[in-house]
Amino acid sequence: MKLEIKDLHVSIGDREILKGLTLDLPKGQVHAIMGPNGSGKSTLSKVLAGHEDYTVTSGTVLMDGVDLLALPIDQRSRAGFFLAFQYPMEIPGVSNANFLRAALQARLPKGQPIDAVAFYKQLYAKMDLLKMDRSFTARSVNEGFSGGEKKRNEILQMAMLEPKYAVLDETDSGLDIDALKIVSDGVNAMRSPERGILLITHYQRLLDYIKPDVVHVMADGQIIKSGGAELALELEERGYDWLTKAA
Amino acid sequence: MNSTLFPEAEIDEATLRAVDIDRSAGDFSYPENHIYDAGVGLSEATIDYISDVKNDPAWVREFRKRALKVFWDKPMPTNWATKDLENIDFSKIRYYLSSGSTPARSWDDVPEEMKQTFERLGIPEQERKFLAGVEAQFDSEAAYSNIQKAVSDQGVIFVNSTEGLKEHADIFRPWFGKVIPTGDNKFSALNSAVFSGGSFIYVPKGVKVKHPLQAYFRINSENFGQFERTLIIVDEGAEVMYMEGCTAPKFTTSTLHSAVVELVALKGAKIQYVTVQNWSNNVFNLVTKRGIAHEDAEVKWIDCNIGSRLTMKYPGVIMKGKRARGEVISIALANNGQHQDTGAKMIHAADDTTSNVVSKSISVGTGRSTYRGQVHIPKHLKGCKNNTECDALLINSHSRTDTYPAITVRGNQHATQHEASVSQVSAEQVFYMQQRGLSEGEAMSLSVNGFVNDLVREFPMEYSVELKRLIDLEMEGSVG
Repeated sequence: MKLEIKDLHVSIGDREILKGLTLDLPKGQVHAIMGPNGSGKSTLSKVLAGHEDYTVTSGTVLMDGVDLLALPIDQRSRAGFFLAFQYPMEIPGVSNANFLRAALQARLPKGQPIDAVAFYKQLYAKMDLLKMDRSFTARSVNEGFSGGEKKRNEILQMAMLEPKYAVLDETDSGLDIDALKIVSDGVNAMRSPERGILLITHYQRLLDYIKPDVVHVMADGQIIKSGGAELALELEERGYDWLTKAA
Repeated sequence: MNSTLFPEAEIDEATLRAVDIDRSAGDFSYPENHIYDAGVGLSEATIDYISDVKNDPAWVREFRKRALKVFWDKPMPTNWATKDLENIDFSKIRYYLSSGSTPARSWDDVPEEMKQTFERLGIPEQERKFLAGVEAQFDSEAAYSNIQKAVSDQGVIFVNSTEGLKEHADIFRPWFGKVIPTGDNKFSALNSAVFSGGSFIYVPKGVKVKHPLQAYFRINSENFGQFERTLIIVDEGAEVMYMEGCTAPKFTTSTLHSAVVELVALKGAKIQYVTVQNWSNNVFNLVTKRGIAHEDAEVKWIDCNIGSRLTMKYPGVIMKGKRARGEVISIALANNGQHQDTGAKMIHAADDTTSNVVSKSISVGTGRSTYRGQVHIPKHLKGCKNNTECDALLINSHSRTDTYPAITVRGNQHATQHEASVSQVSAEQVFYMQQRGLSEGEAMSLSVNGFVNDLVREFPMEYSVELKRLIDLEMEGSVG
């Protein structure tokens, strides 16, 4: 069981951004993708989610054997794919609680109402874990949230939707050290043999708190090196140049 | 069901299910079965036919005939309004259709097909659950009319206008046509000429009607014009909430709905008038609504316009007595091919009067929303306040929205405030929601519900649930 990305080529307009990217994320593991700006990391996350600005020119993505690229955006989500956005959107007037309810309701057969009591019980438990105040449920989704609150909210949504595979796109950016710890605790609590997590990050800092099984280095639309957690430390020390030049 | 509008602290699932009203099935009609049909077109003979059938008193017949002349004399307001009005062919409309039966007091006595119609629309069920009285109109006449005994024992009158003008002429006649004169506009003149049905309500001094009174207007026939006339008089210190709903089947030809609604709130009285209309997209909905608020009185219009081909409606309040308050809360949803031309008129005519207008419009696809607001505060008054907010939400690039505020404030002892905003549901917002598992339609629906959320709270709960459902249906239908 894995998220299997094979020789993926992706363009925006006539510019190729992913140039034959191959990566396996087995269930139960946490992988990190690191790489310099413009290497295509965020493109990868958006393509996996199904953003229509990007065109897949060749390659495949299988999620537990299912052709992920053949599914519409919402079906990918319901099939178990989650993206924590780098820049989460605001939805004015829609409370966090109602948004999550709508998302969970969308996963139930038509006509089957969600169990409101169980929903709130679960929501409050996950919020406690992320040290979020109860008043948060009534606030509009991401509206007027600080950068840290938005990122925490992404993790809350992930915790509530319990995806099989989650990509966290620069979830650490804009977080102070306290918020980083809280978010990391939230992610660590989600580690499970039933779930694969892909962290996209610029910085080793996040990996001090969430220890990855595998670290990939991405440059110019490809994975150019993969290794253990120690690879991140090496990157922190030496930068990317030694790798990109070698490639 | 899935509520996106309320935190559960306010409403639990069971309540939501209990008050859920299935009105998605408004698009059906039964074969016409009319004993009385004024025929196609409009002439003095049409008026005589209607007056004969209704057995009008002489003063009403004269009132109608004068109004017909005014109607013919008045030009179409196409100098400022949409040219689409020119597509109404008055010579092809049927102005009066009825089965000839008198309104039943019990659903069992309502003719079978009408009864089925209202059952499908959920009216008898609503009545049992939360209403103090119901009037159900089918084409030109009421099919059913009932008021709870406890409410009528307090002296509250709730009948159709035909009965009102005959049985309660002493109260009816002094106010009839006074808030909205026949010549107010071409369509108020038309209504004055051919009116039939609508409600007459009188609430005696000090009586506060606890539960809402509801009217339901149903058009069942093609090429038909529905011209109900409603007059509500609430005596000193009394209070009432009136709710109206409307539907029509989707005919291929156009249908005209042109109502006149007059409200009178005497000293210290309170009227809330709630409309949730869901017309099919062949209906021209041209309605004149106005209330007079005397000293310390309050008139509040809560208006929700969904559907229709063209709606033109600007509920107004004339604040005639000191400290009177007027309010218009309106939501308009213009879907593909529809034009919602709505707004508010606030006429301050005494010191220390306060008005508030909050309007939210949603334009989808080729739908078009127009807000027209008039606030009038003359120079000799002092201490008047107005707040106007109008917000527009656009969904996709074909949508169009216009705002025409006309705020006339003379003198310097008043406070007015006007805010307007236009926002859009962006592709990135929809992508974000889809990534969480919502379909495009659900995502749109959620955005729209979020946009109107603060206004929907103003609606009675029973209606806000339905409103959300109507929005969901509209939005589902608007995406491929």
